[in-house]
Amino acid sequence: MKIVADTPSPLTALDRPNSYIGRAVPRPNLGRLTQGRAQFVSDVTLPRMAHVAYLRSPHAHARIVAIGKSKAEHAKGVIAVVTGADLAKVITPWVGVLSHLKGIKSAPQHAIAVERACWAGEAVCAVVARTRAEAEDACELIDVAYEELPAVTDPETALDPQTPVIHPELGDNLTFERTLDAGEVDKALASSDAVIETTFLFGRHTGVCNEPRAVVADWNAGEERLTVYHGTQAPHMMMNLFAKHLDLEEHQVRVVTRDVGGSFGIKVHTYADEMATVALSKLLRRPVKFVADRIESFVSDIHARDHRVHAKIGVKKDGTITAFVIDDLTGIGPYSVYPRTSGIEANQVVNLTGGPYACPNYRARARVVFQNKNVMCQYRAVGHPIATAVTEGLVDLAANAIAMDPLDIRRKNLYPDDAYPATAASGLRFEKLSHHASLEKIADMMDYKALRAEQERLRKRGIYRGIGFASFIEVTNPSAAFYGVGGARISSQDGATVRLDATGAVFIHSGVTEQGQGAEAVLAQCVASAFGVPIERVRVVTGDTDNVPYGGGTWASRAAGIGGEAAWQAGKALRQNVLAAAASILQAQADALDIVGGIVVDKGTTRERITLDEVARICYFRPDTLPPGFQAELMVTRHYVPRAWPFAFTNGIQASHLEVDTETGFITLLRHWCVEDCGTVINPQLVDEQIRGGIVQGLGAALFEHCLYDERGQMLNGNMADYLVPMAVEMPDMEVGHVVSPTADSELGAKGAGEAGTAGAPACVMNAINDALRPLGAKPLTEMPFTPGRVLAALGRV
Amino acid sequence: MKPAPFAYAKARSVEDALRLLREHGEGARLLAGGQSLIATLNMRLSSPAILIDLNEIAALSGIALRDGDVVIGAMTRHAEVQQSDIVASHAPLVAAAMPHVGHAAIRNRGTIGGSIAFADPAAELPACLLALGGRVEIAGATGTRMVAADDYFRGLYETAVGADEVLTAIRLPAATPASRFGFLEFPRRHGDYAMAGLAATARADGASLKDVRLAYFGVGMTPVRARKAEAALAGGDVEAAVTALVSDLDPPDDIQASGAVKRHLAGVLLRRVTAQMDARIESAHDGGKA
Repeated sequence: MKIVADTPSPLTALDRPNSYIGRAVPRPNLGRLTQGRAQFVSDVTLPRMAHVAYLRSPHAHARIVAIGKSKAEHAKGVIAVVTGADLAKVITPWVGVLSHLKGIKSAPQHAIAVERACWAGEAVCAVVARTRAEAEDACELIDVAYEELPAVTDPETALDPQTPVIHPELGDNLTFERTLDAGEVDKALASSDAVIETTFLFGRHTGVCNEPRAVVADWNAGEERLTVYHGTQAPHMMMNLFAKHLDLEEHQVRVVTRDVGGSFGIKVHTYADEMATVALSKLLRRPVKFVADRIESFVSDIHARDHRVHAKIGVKKDGTITAFVIDDLTGIGPYSVYPRTSGIEANQVVNLTGGPYACPNYRARARVVFQNKNVMCQYRAVGHPIATAVTEGLVDLAANAIAMDPLDIRRKNLYPDDAYPATAASGLRFEKLSHHASLEKIADMMDYKALRAEQERLRKRGIYRGIGFASFIEVTNPSAAFYGVGGARISSQDGATVRLDATGAVFIHSGVTEQGQGAEAVLAQCVASAFGVPIERVRVVTGDTDNVPYGGGTWASRAAGIGGEAAWQAGKALRQNVLAAAASILQAQADALDIVGGIVVDKGTTRERITLDEVARICYFRPDTLPPGFQAELMVTRHYVPRAWPFAFTNGIQASHLEVDTETGFITLLRHWCVEDCGTVINPQLVDEQIRGGIVQGLGAALFEHCLYDERGQMLNGNMADYLVPMAVEMPDMEVGHVVSPTADSELGAKGAGEAGTAGAPACVMNAINDALRPLGAKPLTEMPFTPGRVLAALGRV
Repeated sequence: MKPAPFAYAKARSVEDALRLLREHGEGARLLAGGQSLIATLNMRLSSPAILIDLNEIAALSGIALRDGDVVIGAMTRHAEVQQSDIVASHAPLVAAAMPHVGHAAIRNRGTIGGSIAFADPAAELPACLLALGGRVEIAGATGTRMVAADDYFRGLYETAVGADEVLTAIRLPAATPASRFGFLEFPRRHGDYAMAGLAATARADGASLKDVRLAYFGVGMTPVRARKAEAALAGGDVEAAVTALVSDLDPPDDIQASGAVKRHLAGVLLRRVTAQMDARIESAHDGGKA
């Protein structure tokens, strides 16, 4: 691994003395994570705690005729056997719709299936026992009589009149449809020198977390309070939902989220089995634990992607892109997932396609349909990999049609760097992007000309290497426009409370959460810099709805940009308060003082006036010595939400260099580059690792990951041997570069960086494969994942 | 992912294991390295009444050169085989295959006997045994018998080892100066079961190959010898050998590749593995002159 250059960014308002902004500070939680002293939900053990296992439907669609549970009830260690009907007495069903996704519809989903199971893997009965093993043993004794119903599995025919309707009360299998028509598409296409049309297919896949989903629910009847230890990205959102569906007030619910072993968007949704576990605790008046095993994770963790996009691009001989047209179809399982809905990914595909390019003519349709497969919802880089692959795939096909270099066609059409603010054809508004600076930087980093020359030389020896690019935009730092306006109680604002302790150290309590991505490091850096203490003197508290400000949590690349800004502002405010106290002690002017390295100094100097522990000692233990009327306030809270822009868009470009073995169809990834612009880089090491990790997940989508189903709705490869996650051996070296265009919406200027890697990687791999195979006359590959079999088929070898 | 309840017995010796097998009959399973068995237990794909643990039987571990054979005890871990000088010198095909057997953690625990007894048709070691024309030592109530590799693999996960028997050792003919081998596999990711793989041996006779044995894996119900291709290759015609694969192999579709892809890859394997063996002839000649 490369050591990240620890270079401070140019001097800005953020450059307080000894600033940590822009430095690769080690994350404060490294010690506990590497010494096995983290506390994951899987580690939580409470007195009287029982374990639940769920019996899951083996059928994709079946009526539950009867559930015989008496044998299971009498099995060793069993505390209760609970059906969906039993549990419905304590928990209400939910419907995953949002009012700003016009026309979206879904059916009520129960915590445990009632009457009907709608996908293979949906829980139909719960067994609560002393141990998980006993619960699993008893599951085998439950006798469920099913009447199998026809399964709707193929999105292409889901809307046909002869296809059964999964939820008859909805009238059809259409969840959501969106259309968009901007500019003059038909005229633009008619005036084009070439129009290229193709279909892109994206495999259904899932985010495989190191730690599976886990929840421990503890209903304390004595204080009428529910405590939920939950591996989630959004503790306050879950607090609201637990209260809402269990007939409780929000203040009766506490969600505790300590360490989380990876999320990737998987853990920001409402899962029926987790809701059921919480309801079981209330029903049984004791703590109940559920930890998904790997097999049930594959059939119950949300899946994502699975889009079919018919797409078209028009181009003129001079390289001008005239229009983009897409028709997207995606199947999302039998329910729209609550509360964020399963319409967002298709909606994002419509929003983002063509996004980097200044082309005013754009027509799109997206249809989201129900099917009897596991539910789909938002996973890292929601919609971005689809939109980016469609856009960049089309741009490369257009370039090829007019014999133009792929970088030149991008130079011709990307929004100029001085064109901002700008509004895209889809209506997205961009504050400040840097497509061209990013492109020139990546061309330089990879030595593009030399790579092309090498490619030419090697082709003569029968070695086929390809170079592929993908420019992209990424949605980060969402305002209320994402969910709040649609009626979901998902906070877009976030807060930070900072407190000077009695020895001069600082606590920060933040509403964003740590999923392993390093949010705690970023929060500590912001507070340490804004307040003026060594970072070792900052202690970070997250993930406890009783003890942190109300906030959204971690999703849509918001933790650093939004949570970080709140922390920065809170740190500044606490500095003012502490300086006011110091000034009153020192009989000085507060604005002539500063805090540097944990010591109050004369501003602009390092001349020590008083230490923080002395200020704290006086304020906490000898306030009687302070002037009358002066009250020290050593704890402050600040909140932040983006207001000027609905989203802080970031941008960047990725490049892939790979080699195709034309005899075997195998693809060897040689190298990967990414230049991205997330505004102010708070911690270059964490940003680069977010980019790299994101790229790896994108490479998984491009080459390996695929939830394979048969036509009866059975998942065929739901285990770690057959579902291929990307592994280190197959991954290339990745080089990450940055262009910095801070957002003016916050003082910090930081945008998100969590999803850029995933957004662009599949597209540039696709383009690199097609670049490699072009001289062989292969039909361009547009169906992911690009397996050896598909490459061989494109080459006509099988 | 919790196994159904099972009983457990630790066998102290091969005789003890045989006695336990007789006592418990059909419901008993032998536990070696557990790299396949424990996963199937945890997924409740199998629920034996009792596991008979072979891990404490010291006599089943070890690698020795005996009577012209490399003898590897059934409970010898893959990692030990991989690091063995005896194997490197006298069974170089196995040494070449070993880095492809799963991952380091699997090789630390998995055993050669477990792999041969389980007989996964996509696994490397059963194919190596077949390519080398080795023998399998099997202990039963009436003593120990030897089964040739060609007679050992009976069907999908079916071998010559009876329900009341214990596989105790693998015997591989030690390489001679004329021995040639080749090994190659195409897994989707390193360490996975291969979509198709080939373990091959031959005897160099001047510039040509004799006694060719081609053992394919991942293309059938068992490791499969491609006998027509072997004959063609012994006749010096690689392309004829590739063509012959059409009648030698009939790979079924699986989750990672269609039969057609496997069949195509089998041909690529044959060309590349033959090139390995030819290169080794050349380098052996060079070595001879040095």
